[in-house]
Amino acid sequence: MKTNKRSFSGLGQLLIPLVALAILIVFNIFRDISFFSIDLRFNNSGNMVLTGNLVSIIDSASELAIIAMGMTLVTAACGGQDISVGAVGAISGAVFVKVLQGMGAITIGTMLIAFALCCLATIVFKLFNGMLVAVFRIQPMIATLILYSCARSIAYWINGDATPQLRNEIISAIGKTIPGIPVPTPIFAVILVGLLLFLIFKFTSLRLYIQSVGINEGAARLNGINPTRIKLISFILLGVCVSVAGLIGVCRLGQLNHKTLLVDIEMDAILAVAIGGNSLGGGRFRLSGSILGAYIIQMLTTTLYAMNVAPVNVKAYKAIVIIIIVVAGSPVVKNKLTALWNRLRSGPARESARKEGVS
Amino acid sequence: MTEKRIRLRKREPLSDTQMLMFISIGIFCAMYIGAMLTLGGGFLKPQQIFDLLNDNAALIIISCALTIVMIGGGINISVGGVIGLTVMACALFLNGNSIENSALSIVLTLLLALGIGLGFGLLQGFLVAHLEIQPFIVTLAGMFLARGLTTILSVNPVKVTHEGFLELVKTKLTIPWLGYTAQNGNLIPAKIEIGALVALAVVILMFLQLRYTKLGRSIYAVGGNRQSALMLGINVRSTVFWSYVISGVLSGLAGFVFLMHKPAGNASVAIRSEMDAIAASIIGGTLLTGGVGNVIGTFFGAMILSTIQKIIALSPLNASWWQEMANGAMLSFFILLQSVVLMRKNRARAKKRKEIKEKEKKKDES
Repeated sequence: MKTNKRSFSGLGQLLIPLVALAILIVFNIFRDISFFSIDLRFNNSGNMVLTGNLVSIIDSASELAIIAMGMTLVTAACGGQDISVGAVGAISGAVFVKVLQGMGAITIGTMLIAFALCCLATIVFKLFNGMLVAVFRIQPMIATLILYSCARSIAYWINGDATPQLRNEIISAIGKTIPGIPVPTPIFAVILVGLLLFLIFKFTSLRLYIQSVGINEGAARLNGINPTRIKLISFILLGVCVSVAGLIGVCRLGQLNHKTLLVDIEMDAILAVAIGGNSLGGGRFRLSGSILGAYIIQMLTTTLYAMNVAPVNVKAYKAIVIIIIVVAGSPVVKNKLTALWNRLRSGPARESARKEGVS
Repeated sequence: MTEKRIRLRKREPLSDTQMLMFISIGIFCAMYIGAMLTLGGGFLKPQQIFDLLNDNAALIIISCALTIVMIGGGINISVGGVIGLTVMACALFLNGNSIENSALSIVLTLLLALGIGLGFGLLQGFLVAHLEIQPFIVTLAGMFLARGLTTILSVNPVKVTHEGFLELVKTKLTIPWLGYTAQNGNLIPAKIEIGALVALAVVILMFLQLRYTKLGRSIYAVGGNRQSALMLGINVRSTVFWSYVISGVLSGLAGFVFLMHKPAGNASVAIRSEMDAIAASIIGGTLLTGGVGNVIGTFFGAMILSTIQKIIALSPLNASWWQEMANGAMLSFFILLQSVVLMRKNRARAKKRKEIKEKEKKKDES
């Protein structure tokens, strides 16, 4: 019996996202197999580009995947979510564009400076959130509600009313594709951020620290971990993720609109974390689950578009699928299914034997 | 005997709930008096308060709906979406039905609104309480579902043309002695819409329900500490379930009230109002961790938010981004204040506990 249970939980956290992904893939195979076709085509500027639904799913989920990674860390350390990521992403985009315009020419050097500054600005705002959470012990959702409600106004204040345009080769290389490489660049950004976090966890004990702070803050402190510092670090990492996502968002469109940049991404990011099997109450986490969750959300959206669902109506279908996924992954349903599975395996003979033994 | 009792009660320190509530009431009064002194104008007339009530009746109701769930330790971010769906469905129903008796059709519309809310409440309550799924995810899905269904019903704005209902919209309670004399010498009485009265009734009912009924007290117990509530023999699951059902029904009612204020359905009705409702609850002293909170405080929280809006609209800084920034500043002020107050209180309490322990030790020694 015990081994059976262990094999069931061996997939552990990744069980829900993998099952959800499998269901989506099977559904699409039966619906229309050409959904998975990938072509190599020339785009408007004459570069070879991979096109197809799968590429566009992985490409357009990039911002979500990056933010979901940061969100996972904050969720794990603080036991709550940051709902200001989209709005702060707008600030980072605004700072980026402002600095670039201030310096005039767009070269790789100025881009790097602009990115460093927008990273800095985002980290400052995230530290504000982090201070409220870690030092003043305010629940994360409430602490971040402040910036959620006013960060877009700050972005407006930085850049004025206009929606500045950025037409440049370097910008489109970051937002779309680099000439000569057929894979959209945002995908590399996801890999880069993922690798960065992976290396951090590989060479430091940050992962263990974050998990222990999330599971029991008091116990972590008694063991010599500074919970305040760990929480602040998780917010700083989220800030880096947000500024990368903001950069991609600005470069993808080649313009800045403080109202629509990364809009509503906070809800999707939290959803990605939850679908990835991470507890929203903090503690153990798995980055791969969150990334998978982000791609699942995007795949769902793209599938719905492919089925000719109007964009405004996508939300309703998305909600139904989310409900199905979370019901399938809920502990109560899981336990009942496991019990049923065990009963089926052990068979009626053993059942009766056990009953006799009991009586 | 009675004297003793009164003295005992006086010595009893304020509970967290009351403390935070009194802070928010005090700040509302201070803000309103400040606005009276500096801006004058509309703020000097009693009608201003009624206007605040009229414009924000739906917000007050959903804030109450949220407070109840938050006291139970959950969260419900589908309230705004349910308002949008209810408004759209009711507008379409009012325009589409062919019932000649207009009173009957209005009653049916009200039932439809409550039914939609009840449906969402039952579904979310079941998922949260019995399947133990995280409330944030469930109600996020609920919000998506409600917003999606709204656009499926109609993408274009729908204006209510039902005459009986429009009459109901115009019906207002007038209080002549609170009115003011206009420049041309006419006396304009103070006007209260039915929606505002409904909102006030909801606040009072919910206050009584949370304070005096078994369910209400169980909600506080479950939110404060689930495990101890279970040990005390409270049915945690059904308590959580019913808190979501109440919240759902109230959001449906809020949708109907919203329609009575602005008789038109639109895909963007009450968009992001769930965040305003959360802010109102927090300002009123409800903690997201559960167990602490009060509907009266929430009412004043909603009033504070709407007063800020009014002040900014009347001041020279009238721009949507100024308003958002002021809201953010206000919110951070309140949140910090709450945190500091609670921290100081906890520290004082710990100190007292220590003293009592030391006293006991001394007693034991002697």
